[in-house]
Amino acid sequence: MKRLYADIHRKIGGFDLDVLIDSDASRIGILGESGSGKSMTLKSIAGIEAVDSGHIEADGRVLYDSSDKIDLKPQKRNVGYMFQNYALFPTMSVMKNVMAGLGRPTEENRNKAMEMLRRFRMDGFEDKLPGELSGGQQQRVALARIMVTEPALILLDEPFSALDSYLRDRMQVEMLEMLEDYKGQVVMVSHSRDELYRFSEELFVVSEGHVIRRGETKTVFREPVCAKAARLTGCKNLSPVKRIDEHTVKAIDWGIDLRLEREVPESVSHIGYRAHSFRPVWGQKQENCVKFDPMRVDDLPFEKNYYIRTAGNNDPLCWFVQGEEQKILTEKGLPDYLKLTEDDILLLE
Amino acid sequence: MSSFIDLAKTLDWSPLWISLKTGVVATIISFFLGLWAARKVIKKDHRAKSILDGILTLPMVLPPTVAGFFLLLIFSRRRAFGIFLNDAFDIQVVHTWLGCIIAATVIAFPLMYRNARAAFEQIDANLVYAGRTLGMSELTIFWRIVVPTAGPGIASGTILTFARAMGEYGATSMLAGNIPGKTGTVSQRIAMVIQDGDYVTAGFWVVIVLIIAFFAIFLINMITGKHMKNVRKW
Repeated sequence: MKRLYADIHRKIGGFDLDVLIDSDASRIGILGESGSGKSMTLKSIAGIEAVDSGHIEADGRVLYDSSDKIDLKPQKRNVGYMFQNYALFPTMSVMKNVMAGLGRPTEENRNKAMEMLRRFRMDGFEDKLPGELSGGQQQRVALARIMVTEPALILLDEPFSALDSYLRDRMQVEMLEMLEDYKGQVVMVSHSRDELYRFSEELFVVSEGHVIRRGETKTVFREPVCAKAARLTGCKNLSPVKRIDEHTVKAIDWGIDLRLEREVPESVSHIGYRAHSFRPVWGQKQENCVKFDPMRVDDLPFEKNYYIRTAGNNDPLCWFVQGEEQKILTEKGLPDYLKLTEDDILLLE
Repeated sequence: MSSFIDLAKTLDWSPLWISLKTGVVATIISFFLGLWAARKVIKKDHRAKSILDGILTLPMVLPPTVAGFFLLLIFSRRRAFGIFLNDAFDIQVVHTWLGCIIAATVIAFPLMYRNARAAFEQIDANLVYAGRTLGMSELTIFWRIVVPTAGPGIASGTILTFARAMGEYGATSMLAGNIPGKTGTVSQRIAMVIQDGDYVTAGFWVVIVLIIAFFAIFLINMITGKHMKNVRKW
């Protein structure tokens, strides 16, 4: 039974880390901005960063427990950690790097390492130094070095942030392939929702040292529940709201009232609307519409981003238009209104 | 020129061997002591670090005669520690080759320590963390990852230490004295023959010292130069 349980408490300077990661998913994602404590969480699980109190358990083994005074050294945790910059040993060849975690350089260990390099299509590079490899190759070596030690748990710390955007897309797909045969749990920390949406089955959203939302990844994106989580999952349009009655809220920043079929909970504090979800309306104004009054247009290769002035005179609303919709716009011209559809309106706390 | 060649035939070469031997032994001691001290110091918090760093660097900043004064205070056979060494272990420091080594080590050690520390501080901590999560022991991490990665800095520290130890004069003359064939180093021989007005012999030794010094600098540039290839000119 694979299950990661990490209840971590740490006070450091003015920062309070207080997270609970508890999951039996095989691919776990932790989403958060830089400084949210997500990397520290990962380092605490690996034993590289000290913990004040809590309980950490992986693959049926207790790695840390403050009340039982258990605190295994990182060497004894059998947790593989991939660093943001891969941390390949610069003076060692690729082969020696992969063998570093295997102890004595016996023939058997050499074969194991070679086998792993072959699996990651890095055979032929055994004698190269890390500095002679491309970013993607370095990442493959780093993963080979981890996998060869057969860890009970693998932690990936912003694994794609050091790569340029073209390579990033390719390596995200490759990473999933490389981890295919791995039976243990993998935790990936990232600030990129795309990476985690692709990678993780279960997602934890971390902000200011706390888990603010957890759940099945697609559900978290569909229903972020709280405003911070909505922003982190890429919701561009957020406004505080005032609940007027059971079916009406006032979006304060946008200066409009929205009528909803469903009942508005008392606890609602914000409303969210994704930039891709607006529906253009020509002619007559309909319910739940904002006037289309663009203050700026960004022309991107496959997308047009419109920034729309609001009555509240705050941050503009973002409307992102792609593919078919773009064609319609060129045929019919710019719309008069944008409609917020009921299903896409996120009621947040 | 011919007088130099005649001189080389009749010269007492013992100062060169004494200096070289002293330099090698003092460098070996400083090397391990310096790496050890640097490793300990960088793990300390800021306060302890600056205090320890001050103490360990002091011999480099002090005039060597002041260091010599303290060394005499410690090792003199008329003082407690000197008496203890003599009675318990039959070890004499003052006016012996051991005195040469101790004086040279104390003066040259800070160069090793400081270079090693600077090199260690440049190391990406993730390398050490990676070693730990891969199950490598702290000792293996130190000797197989940290020291090789800090290689150029440590190498130049070692060479500077050797050059400094070989040329040490002030503290050595006070602690070990200038006993020909026993504690008489090249630097002391130069001072001695100049006092006798023998500028030819002095000049001869100066040339030898210059050659060794130049060779040391050349070696440093060779070692650190390899890693300078990718540095952009500005």
